[in-house]
Amino acid sequence: MPVKVRIPTPLMKLTNNQAEISAEGETIADILNNLESQFAGIKERICEENGAPRRFINIYLNEEDIRFLEGEKTQIKDGDEISIIPAIAGGAR
Amino acid sequence: MGFVKGLRCKECGKDYEKLPIHVCEFCFGPLEVNYDYTAIGKVVTRKSIQDGPPSMWRYKEFMPIDEAPKVGLHTGFTPLVRAKNLGKALGLKNLYIKNDSVNHPTFSFKDRVVAVAVSKAIEFGFDTVSCASTGNLANSVAAHAAEAGLKSCIIIPDGLEAGKILGTQIYGSQLIAVHGSYDDVNRLCSEIGANHDWAFVNINIRPYYGDGSKSYGYEIAEQLGWKTPDNVVVPVAGSSLITKIYKAFHEFEMLGLIGKVNTKVFAAQATGCAPVTTAIKNGTDTIIPVKPNTIAKSIAIGNPADGYYGVKTAKESGGWGEDISDEEVVESMKLLAETEGIFTETAGGVTVGVTQKLIKQGRIKPDETTVICITGNGLKTQEALTGQFAPPAVIDCNIQSFEDEFANSLTV
Repeated sequence: MPVKVRIPTPLMKLTNNQAEISAEGETIADILNNLESQFAGIKERICEENGAPRRFINIYLNEEDIRFLEGEKTQIKDGDEISIIPAIAGGAR
Repeated sequence: MGFVKGLRCKECGKDYEKLPIHVCEFCFGPLEVNYDYTAIGKVVTRKSIQDGPPSMWRYKEFMPIDEAPKVGLHTGFTPLVRAKNLGKALGLKNLYIKNDSVNHPTFSFKDRVVAVAVSKAIEFGFDTVSCASTGNLANSVAAHAAEAGLKSCIIIPDGLEAGKILGTQIYGSQLIAVHGSYDDVNRLCSEIGANHDWAFVNINIRPYYGDGSKSYGYEIAEQLGWKTPDNVVVPVAGSSLITKIYKAFHEFEMLGLIGKVNTKVFAAQATGCAPVTTAIKNGTDTIIPVKPNTIAKSIAIGNPADGYYGVKTAKESGGWGEDISDEEVVESMKLLAETEGIFTETAGGVTVGVTQKLIKQGRIKPDETTVICITGNGLKTQEALTGQFAPPAVIDCNIQSFEDEFANSLTV
């Protein structure tokens, strides 16, 4: 079951400038592997060698940061949307 | 002016040109401004700084703009108050308050970062400025956009204090509140940025913006008589200010403007939103995001992107992190007001209360020089004090009524 994945601008060079990609899998980890099979080299940009997302990357399932769910083991269901967003800060201190 | 060589990734060191970008496209690390310190060292002396204007622009060589500042010419150089009364209450002999509750023009330290960000946005040629904000930044961006004659569209979480909402709208800004927390707003803004060619001061202008905070650190060092304190207690939300104060001290040290820096940097948060102090206390540099629940809304960031560096700064400096309850925040706001006549917002209550806690823990000692960072104004967060005070007595306009009430009040 395909889900929609939003790709951040810095990675669009790897996705032929596509901002949204369709990917398949049961979990976030599956999705990341599926992305890699479509666009070689993309996973190492998103994840550390151990497969965990890099420190400065946030991944959201629908509106929720996956760190509030089950991280990369979080289950995906049909129609879900995933966003990969560089960590940014601001607002107050 | 113009001592900026370019931008550089804080993580992998990759160099970038001076552009409105904030993320390394390779490792996603944050970009920071790369200065030509050799050139700065040739023109800056204590005297050249002292001969400068009574504003943050006395440190203009350390600011990341290429042209003269365009807005916020009166921002900064706020009082460093020798806080004898509060010191006595807390048991500290050498206590100071760096008081940005009276910063110009919108009464928070955010005027420093925005003066830089809007000046830079003008250099880049943007016609609209924007930000995600918990309130103080909103006020400041709206005011500086008005001064610059730029459009502004400002995005906040819903439920902010009335003073922060009105204090944005008055400047003619377009203000939009979003259902959710600051972290939700921040994420939305990063997506809005893909569709609108705006200067988001804390997103695509962030590397420049952040360095405005360095002026807070330079001022502490200069106002203490060209030295840094033993301790500095900093309110933490995104963790930018805490890292920039420390950076400022070390830049001054590197250029020989001050001696060796031995300052311990302490992070202060409210317990209802304490991802950074929790990481410090747990001895990890991995931040676990939280859903904020505190009256200290201006520092309620549950997912601080610079949090990693905030933890690192506290650790490297030999400092620590602590957090206090909302009740303690209110008590600390009252304590500062009653002892020093300074009415700070909730975030200021957090730093005062955390300082008290650090003293009790023995981490801050009585004879050491300590600076408490007060970064916002209490008139903006009046809701936090709801129910704390009875309404004033109302009397008839004659002397007997006064004397009766006065005597009555005395016994209360």
